[in-house]
Amino acid sequence: MTENDKIIDNLTQGEYKYGFTTNIEQEFSPLGLNEDVIRFISEKKNEPQFMLDFRLKAYRYWLKMKEPAWQKVHYPPIDYQNIYYYAAPKNKSKPKSLEEIDPEIRETYKKLGIPLEEQKLLAGIAVDAIMDSVSVATTFKEKLNEVGIIFCPISEAIIDYPELVEKYLGSVVPYTDNYFAALNSAVFSDGSFVYIPKGVRSPMELSTYFRINASQTGQFERTLIVAEEGAYVSYLEGCTAPMRDENQLHAAIVELYAHKDASIKYSTVQNWYPGDKQGKGGIYNFVTKRGLCEGENSKISWTQVETGSAITWKYPSCILKGKNSVGEFYSVAMTNNYQQADTGTKMTHIGEGTRSRIVSKGISAGKSDNSYRGLVRINKKAENSRNYTQCDSLLIGSECGAHTFPYIEVENNTAVVEHEATTSKISDDSIFYLNQRGISTEDAVGMIVNGYAREVIMQLPMEFAVEAQKLLAISLEGSVG
Amino acid sequence: MLKINNLHAKVEGNEILHGINLEINPGEIHAIMGPNGSGKSTLASVLAGKNEYEVTEGSVTFEGKNIFEMEPEIRSREGIFLAFQYPIEIPGVSNANFLRTAVNEHRKHKGMEPMEAGDFLKLMRERAKLVKIDPKFFSRAVNEGFSGGEKKRNEIFQMAMLEPKLSILDETDSGLDIDALRIVSDGVNALRNENNSFLVITHYQRLLNYIVPDFVHVLYNGQIVKSGTKDLALELEERGYDWIKEEFKTI
Ligand SMILES: Nc1ncnc2c1ncn2[C@@H]1O[C@H](COP(=O)(O)OP(=O)(O)O)[C@@H](O)[C@H]1O
Ligand SMILES: [Mg+2]
Repeated sequence: MTENDKIIDNLTQGEYKYGFTTNIEQEFSPLGLNEDVIRFISEKKNEPQFMLDFRLKAYRYWLKMKEPAWQKVHYPPIDYQNIYYYAAPKNKSKPKSLEEIDPEIRETYKKLGIPLEEQKLLAGIAVDAIMDSVSVATTFKEKLNEVGIIFCPISEAIIDYPELVEKYLGSVVPYTDNYFAALNSAVFSDGSFVYIPKGVRSPMELSTYFRINASQTGQFERTLIVAEEGAYVSYLEGCTAPMRDENQLHAAIVELYAHKDASIKYSTVQNWYPGDKQGKGGIYNFVTKRGLCEGENSKISWTQVETGSAITWKYPSCILKGKNSVGEFYSVAMTNNYQQADTGTKMTHIGEGTRSRIVSKGISAGKSDNSYRGLVRINKKAENSRNYTQCDSLLIGSECGAHTFPYIEVENNTAVVEHEATTSKISDDSIFYLNQRGISTEDAVGMIVNGYAREVIMQLPMEFAVEAQKLLAISLEGSVG
Repeated sequence: MLKINNLHAKVEGNEILHGINLEINPGEIHAIMGPNGSGKSTLASVLAGKNEYEVTEGSVTFEGKNIFEMEPEIRSREGIFLAFQYPIEIPGVSNANFLRTAVNEHRKHKGMEPMEAGDFLKLMRERAKLVKIDPKFFSRAVNEGFSGGEKKRNEIFQMAMLEPKLSILDETDSGLDIDALRIVSDGVNALRNENNSFLVITHYQRLLNYIVPDFVHVLYNGQIVKSGTKDLALELEERGYDWIKEEFKTI
């Protein structure tokens, strides 16, 4: 082991600082999963009949499915009967205002750097805070309502806007899509709902903060964003979880629906608990994210900075149906210690003149394994469509793995598809150069990694770009020293 | 300021430096000349603390402190600067961000507060002028896509920002045309004062017309075989290195 390997080894051993738990009274569904549990969840949420039917259909379909095994990640079998599918902070009655929120919960979000008092929030960002299965607070609701934007927990939307939910729920990710999508459709308990009416640009960033708190629970949230003609919204999600020895399942669905000329920008900073240095514990992050560019000139842009989770398995994708619609995917996925990530995107070109752009930056350190998996599909009728893919891997140390699986399927010969890929290591010479200017090796690696990820980080809204940069540096701690 | 005593160093099992002795006092400019492969860059790397070079014998003190007990970044913060023969590119990291981090690390080391962004920008603009660096370079990634000459000028710019006590310039002149050579030398001369010192490594005498040394040493086969004044450089220019090689071929 060279000196720098040792240093690198050290840098990748940073501690997770969001690993605390909150002591609040929780209410659970009975352990395990069956139709009664689904009825329990639906009832808890006072759902209309159509929702219960949707859930049961999904559940019955799920029972017939097999867990997928094609992804390049390894984990022991999940015991689906040993998970609580519903956990909620107990509250005698629903808080009517932000001030009524349980002080313990308020404290949790404060520790996470997300104060729930509106006056203290970063101006210009509305937050929906979700703990375990339920939304605990949504800020700036009234202000958004003034321009006709609906931003609320999806459980509320199901009751207050059933026709919208019924129309769009499952329209982009049907419950038949995959194993975890079926499971989510059966048991999801909360998430955010966003509706931007025709011609409205959201006056602020919308964001959801997901927090797993209860042990032995799965988190199955569901996010649905609909942008009507000419609408624009930028949406951001962040996530953390306590440190536990057990693995916890997080199987979410995010659906984006963009009508003509609408534009949705969806950013994720994912920092679920990654497990300890020996690979014990951590979140299984199995997520289905997809956007439909239904209308002409619509645009969906995914940006993700993934540093957490024991296993990440997700492919934020775009279906480019509308003529001249645009799909983008910008990703930084960093793995350290024993983390595994299999992530990428799927760009399906259906309409003519559709364009997609993929920029993926993998960073692997420690003994981790990091795969990019992408599919660019150009359908027969997608005349003059274009894709550009750039797929880079950065290796830190010599015990990690980086893999790329780019699939390209082209059925229309007017299409132009470009793919570029690189693999690099952080060289001792680069580190020494920065050392010679007074920068420690740990900071040097953080700096080099942030430089490498810059193109993606720049896509994030300003405040979160700064956050993400820090996160990258922190997650690298211990990989060099 | 710098005392090198009987320094031996190895790289990949081969001894490259075979007992170097050199003393540099505040305000002095020393030039080291010598044919390719004689160990000039090795000496610079050992002084800066590159870890593939192993010191097997001898000592080096900087302001009385043993430098082998300091990590490379500490040596830098203590005031040792190396202008690299081959500067490294750091993609995606802007010159400004890189320099601000470096300058603030140096300040922290001295117990000073980090510099305000505005003051820092002012300082950058002022120092950039010394080496005629266009401020549009500030937001470009460190050395990325820079021409050879731009990289060398950028090294001197970094030196101007960090205000080292001892600057080691490793063949900063090579690959520079006459105008660039002038710019670099003017930069060095502007920074020169009675408290800081320079160790100028060069292959050619030409640079020493602009940066006039107090002492000239000839490094050959890992040893300083001759020392003199600036006239020695002129002699080398005239006669080449062959007579040195002839005279010292036994080592
Ligand atoms: N990292 C290294 N690995 C192996 N050999 C090296 C290394 N660095 C320098 N050397 C060898 O040491 C000798 C001196 O090289 P160097 O110090 O670069 O000379 P100069 O700068 O005077 O041209 C050469 O023979 C060179 O091949
Ligand atoms: Mg050299």
